[in-house]
Amino acid sequence: MRKRWWTPFAIYVPLAAFALVTLVPFVYLIFSAFKTKEAFFSGPFWPVEEGGGWWAVDWSGFTFSNFTRLWSEVKIGEASFMRSVLNSFFFASVMSVVGTLGAAMGGYGLAMFKFKGREFITTVVLGALVIPGALLIAPGYFLLFQLGLLDSYAGLILPGVAPAFGVYLFRQAFISSLPHEMMEAGRIDGCGEWRMFFQMGLPMVKPMVGAFVLITYLGTWTNFIGPQIIIQTPEKYPLAVAVAQLRGPFSIEYGMIMAGTLVAIGPVLALFLLLQKDFIAGLTAGAVKG
Amino acid sequence: MSKKLRSTSIVPYLFVAPFVLSFVVFVVYPLCQSIILAFMQTNGPKTRQFVGLDNFSWLFTQDPDFWKSVLNIILYTAGSMLIQLPASLGLALLLNRKDIKGRGFWRMIFFAPILVGLVFVAIIFGLLFAPNNGLINNVLYQVTLLLDRVIPFFPDGWVFDLEFRWTAEFAMPAMIIASFWMYVGFNMIYFLAALQNVSKDLMEAAEVDGAGPWQRFLNVTVPAIRPVGTFVVLLSFIGSVQLFELPYLLIGSDGGPGKKGLTPVMHLFNKGFDAGDLGYASAIGWLIAVVLFGVALIQKKLSNPGTD
Repeated sequence: MRKRWWTPFAIYVPLAAFALVTLVPFVYLIFSAFKTKEAFFSGPFWPVEEGGGWWAVDWSGFTFSNFTRLWSEVKIGEASFMRSVLNSFFFASVMSVVGTLGAAMGGYGLAMFKFKGREFITTVVLGALVIPGALLIAPGYFLLFQLGLLDSYAGLILPGVAPAFGVYLFRQAFISSLPHEMMEAGRIDGCGEWRMFFQMGLPMVKPMVGAFVLITYLGTWTNFIGPQIIIQTPEKYPLAVAVAQLRGPFSIEYGMIMAGTLVAIGPVLALFLLLQKDFIAGLTAGAVKG
Repeated sequence: MSKKLRSTSIVPYLFVAPFVLSFVVFVVYPLCQSIILAFMQTNGPKTRQFVGLDNFSWLFTQDPDFWKSVLNIILYTAGSMLIQLPASLGLALLLNRKDIKGRGFWRMIFFAPILVGLVFVAIIFGLLFAPNNGLINNVLYQVTLLLDRVIPFFPDGWVFDLEFRWTAEFAMPAMIIASFWMYVGFNMIYFLAALQNVSKDLMEAAEVDGAGPWQRFLNVTVPAIRPVGTFVVLLSFIGSVQLFELPYLLIGSDGGPGKKGLTPVMHLFNKGFDAGDLGYASAIGWLIAVVLFGVALIQKKLSNPGTD
């Protein structure tokens, strides 16, 4: 490739500009969460000292009070904000473990065994991928009403015990990575089917297990429409609904809303950026191979 | 091929049981139910009444809000895809260069917004766009002031009126900007993965033959990334058409002034859960589904021409 003197500029200037645009909302979020109510209006990022010139920082404008008030003053129903954090943690943890296990079992079953109805179920899995979620909102609510599962986490978790998308991904992963010879050897050694699944199957598709746990965790953590429809008792709200609701009674408390948002996304963001390689591998696996 | 387990065993059925059971109960049954519901009027889940095709005739003739939402979503889908996808591809092409420094660093930054999730993106951008002191309105205001000074006839209140209030027209750009921020890096990841499929030999051969960068892009790169490209287009399309959280929280549950931020799924939600008519909501759901199925079919026809 021919090099021109301006080539580095043509590469890094757009990249840096995009990076800036990407980072500004994060920086704004962090500054806003640590600013007093008065300081919020004194400058877009750091609180500015009156007459202090361009960079003058008004240190008294920084505060932790948004966070302490979030824990002490905010009531989601009768419970504290902490309850919503725990609800989200519970919801996302259970959902990702159960959903990944169910999807892996389904994928393993379709990939490793020959049985009556296998082709049919495989077709159903592929067909299920194109069913739009919007179609299931109203009748899904009606079903949960009939089952008596409204206002419960069971109503949110049970529909996701083995998502079709995951079954499809795990089927692909098992087909491409698990040699049947190994399974045969295991069987001859008298290994039980369940032991083979857990001790040989799952370890062989470890990257997919990791990626799918992450995808499900994030999807559940940021799921809004499900809990918004199904959960009716405020004490049971996960963070996505609770933080959105903060904007009602505390609509002008920008600092507190941003503190709540930071609590909601900060830990997850940090964790996922550390694990981004596995996460990305999982996201692209279905698209690039298929 | 080695032998698989005997087909008489019950074991394989146990493995697929979680999928089959949850699919039958939570997808097949609701789908059947939604066909019935689409011909019903309900008042909450408890009372329902058969109304024949009334839901559909009402939807097509008596519900201007629904058609507003359809128009909005067409604008949103076209606007967001036309801006996002080329930008995503451009970033991927830059990051795919051999001589790029800090690829992982850039990728991490661009990828971060998708981790925030639509709900929290809507909340953060709600503040960024806040009428009086939001960062974006401030910047846009400074820009309009500047343009006003430079261009004599530049209209005031292009983005918002001079009292810094949201104008109805700003709902759509706000949604497109927020989703651009969130999804550009996400789509870029797919394009970046697809660019690994571009044959280096073919690229070098084209270069030796004197093909310019543009020709190489059209004739070598594009065919190689086409399958993933159509996948990304379909994914963004399906996501865009069913947009809910972003306008619901950023613009308002009713779609804001002039309903400029109302989407079909929001309309479905409002009718089904605020007005309590699950029947009407099901009818809207089917209409959305039919459109999506139609597009998926067309996309399939286009992506493998010649077959069937």
